[in-house]
Amino acid sequence: MTFANAVWYLFAAILVFAALRVITVKNPVHAALWLVLSFFSAAAIWLMLGAEFLAIALVLVYVGAVMVRFLFVIMMLDVDFDDLRRHFKSYIPVGATVGGLVLVEMILVVVAGAKDAAGGGSLPAGSNTKALGRLLYVDYVYPFELAAVLLLIAIVAAIALTWRRRKDTRRQDPGEQVKVKRGDRVRLIAMPAEKRER
Amino acid sequence: MLTVPLSHSLVLGAILFSISVVGIFLNRKNVIILLMAIELMLLAVNLNFVAFSHHLGDMAGQVFVFFILTVAAAESAIGLAILVLLFRNVGSIDVEDLAKLKG
Repeated sequence: MTFANAVWYLFAAILVFAALRVITVKNPVHAALWLVLSFFSAAAIWLMLGAEFLAIALVLVYVGAVMVRFLFVIMMLDVDFDDLRRHFKSYIPVGATVGGLVLVEMILVVVAGAKDAAGGGSLPAGSNTKALGRLLYVDYVYPFELAAVLLLIAIVAAIALTWRRRKDTRRQDPGEQVKVKRGDRVRLIAMPAEKRER
Repeated sequence: MLTVPLSHSLVLGAILFSISVVGIFLNRKNVIILLMAIELMLLAVNLNFVAFSHHLGDMAGQVFVFFILTVAAAESAIGLAILVLLFRNVGSIDVEDLAKLKG
């Protein structure tokens, strides 16, 4: 076993351990931090498998943005997390059964199909980012644009869902201010002059 | 030089996927951990794509991982927004309390 292979299996072991901790740990903040560790290990594995750009993107986008957002939400909500784990133990049998079955089935498929999967060539030498960018902007430019639109929709949806109009603040409405007419503000009334009372 | 066979990468992906399936069962009341388990599942799928891309020498697999990452980021953004909205309206993130539409 070469040194690179040993490192690969080490990262794989860390990844599996961190994933196990994510689903079993009591505190969601700790779960998010274990998820960060599993993303890091996955990024290292991708790096060794020749996907350098994606590994960096995984660290920047997931560890940098998505996990911070998870932590934000967890800390913002005042939830009694112990209460949510009341029946944790009672779900272990069914969860382990289904998960074990899924695992066995997938491994059987992999083992049965392993002899057909002959190795093809190797990834293009040189800059991974350049090769990925060329592919993305030439062959997959339309899906790329669609992905950009999808992200825009996600931004609008997230803001629109959580935005609330507060009743207790006084705010200006420029549209109403521009639309106002003289008649809305000044009222002329005709009335006879009053006599001075003595 | 990395000489890990393809099947080991696929088994790692399968293990990761099953861990997240078990996680969905174990934490079925806590929506936050459910979202995290879904992220793990997508990571397992992406791992398979990257492994095949390495094994077959085809960059297209990495492009698909790129798109999956995009969709996953959008999904978690909207999911967490719905979660915040849910907590504001129901006062809980327990899946059992989400039975308002039952009629």
